[in-house]
Amino acid sequence: MTFLIALTLFVMAVFLGIELISKVPPTLHTPLMSGSNAISGITLIGALVSAGSDHRTLTTTLAFAAVVLATINVVGGFLVTNRMLSMFTSRTRKPADSTD
Amino acid sequence: MDRTDLIVLGYLVAAVLFILGLKGLARPRTARRGNQLGASGMLLAVLVTLIDQAIVSFWVLAAGLVVGAAIGTVLAVKVQMTSMPELVALFNGFGGAASVLVAGASFTEIVDLGLVDDQVSSAAAITAIIGAVTFTGSVVAFFKLKESFNWSGFSGIRIVNAILATASVALGAMVIIDPSNTGWLWALVAVGAVLGFLLVVPIGGADMPVVIAILNSLSGLAASATGFVLDNTLLIIAGSLVGASGLVLTQIMSVAMNRSALAVIFSDTPASGVTIDADEVYAGRVTTSSADEVAMILDTASRVVIVPGYGLAVAQAQHVVRELTNVLEKRGVEVVFGIHPVAGRMPGHMNVLLAEAEVDYELLLEMDVVNPTFAQTDVVIVIGANDVVNPMAETDPESPIAGMPILNVDHARTVVVIKRSLSPGFAGIPNPLFAADNALMLFGDGKQAVSDIIKALAEV
Repeated sequence: MTFLIALTLFVMAVFLGIELISKVPPTLHTPLMSGSNAISGITLIGALVSAGSDHRTLTTTLAFAAVVLATINVVGGFLVTNRMLSMFTSRTRKPADSTD
Repeated sequence: MDRTDLIVLGYLVAAVLFILGLKGLARPRTARRGNQLGASGMLLAVLVTLIDQAIVSFWVLAAGLVVGAAIGTVLAVKVQMTSMPELVALFNGFGGAASVLVAGASFTEIVDLGLVDDQVSSAAAITAIIGAVTFTGSVVAFFKLKESFNWSGFSGIRIVNAILATASVALGAMVIIDPSNTGWLWALVAVGAVLGFLLVVPIGGADMPVVIAILNSLSGLAASATGFVLDNTLLIIAGSLVGASGLVLTQIMSVAMNRSALAVIFSDTPASGVTIDADEVYAGRVTTSSADEVAMILDTASRVVIVPGYGLAVAQAQHVVRELTNVLEKRGVEVVFGIHPVAGRMPGHMNVLLAEAEVDYELLLEMDVVNPTFAQTDVVIVIGANDVVNPMAETDPESPIAGMPILNVDHARTVVVIKRSLSPGFAGIPNPLFAADNALMLFGDGKQAVSDIIKALAEV
């Protein structure tokens, strides 16, 4: 992938992100943060390739630590977001955890 | 189709799932499913990554995943809703640190293989600085939010930060000029770590929502920059989505405080403005009330607005507030909540607390919605909020909070302020609301005061 294609992806995704997030109501800002935070744990997949490639001890050790930290970020982030969102209920509508 | 194509296609599907997930988060009814879509995207991304031919030692991976998942689960299950800002700060920090480590490990590997080019070295340098700042900045934010670390720095901290920032630019240039010496990259990480620490140290209290939003954005940008090191499309897309998300939230928080994000980072504390004599504002004009009196006023009310602030979280008063809401509603009183965008220590903090106490989210009104209704409101109960209801923001152009949008609670017939004392809020200025003719002060712990009101209401 050339640098320019990567840069194009980056810029497009930033604009898409701004469009998506601007529509989120303030009441959901905390779950939005913890949920998007979990997504930023995507660095996990980079960590997996580095840790698994067995290049040399230094890189494997660093990448192993990265796998642990990123997994905490991902698993903890999605779980706590789910926990928060399951509490958002409305009497006039069905609870947030039912299908819509 | 070879394996690499399959992986890239898998990443494309994962990216779409992340986008749909964020889209789902825009409505309370679809938010939970949105989060689950995001989580499935992540699972898919991890699974397709594991078919990568470069991966040879699966035990290392399994061990890392199991340990991380166990710690993450415990943290997510155990955290109290009042401590959510700390946890999000901590997770931000872990994400930033992971990006630095991945970029460092991959950069070393790429250098060893002699495949380094300008894109790799510049992206590694950017990841190193952003990730390191995110990590130490978030750790400081975590301890500040826990209130176990209150050091606010030293004079001249801004000069030191400027020097560190310059040094990191120079080190970044060295990483690009002389990539074969990976020491430059680690030196950059070290400088970034100190910079992140010193940037967040002077920031406190009410500025935290802005800081957390910025760190959130940075953790995404660090992941995105890592994507440029690894030539990985999914890291670039997902990271920049999160970066943009944090940016939008930072903007919303800054507008709600009428301060630029830069002013917050460079610690242009509002308290540094003119000092206003508290005695002059309060002298002889503050009316102290009792739970019985408040209950009597509530007895004749037909519309009540509750305005929560950080004090609600500190007092863990969300459940008892919900109880008060029930009692009032049974008496036919209309009760809604007025939520200022920066109430609490992170965006949406109050909403999560009240959701935990099973308050209907449709009763939580935004500032723009609730403000015009105060004139038709009989009683406003302010619990643990101060600066966000300070009329000085509108009346005194000299005050440090001048121009900050506030909740106009003083337009209501009666305002009951539940507060421990007359101590100032984060802005360090007195609040003329407390001395207003229609304001009653109910001094005490938020939780205790509200339960006293409930008890008194039962006897009215």
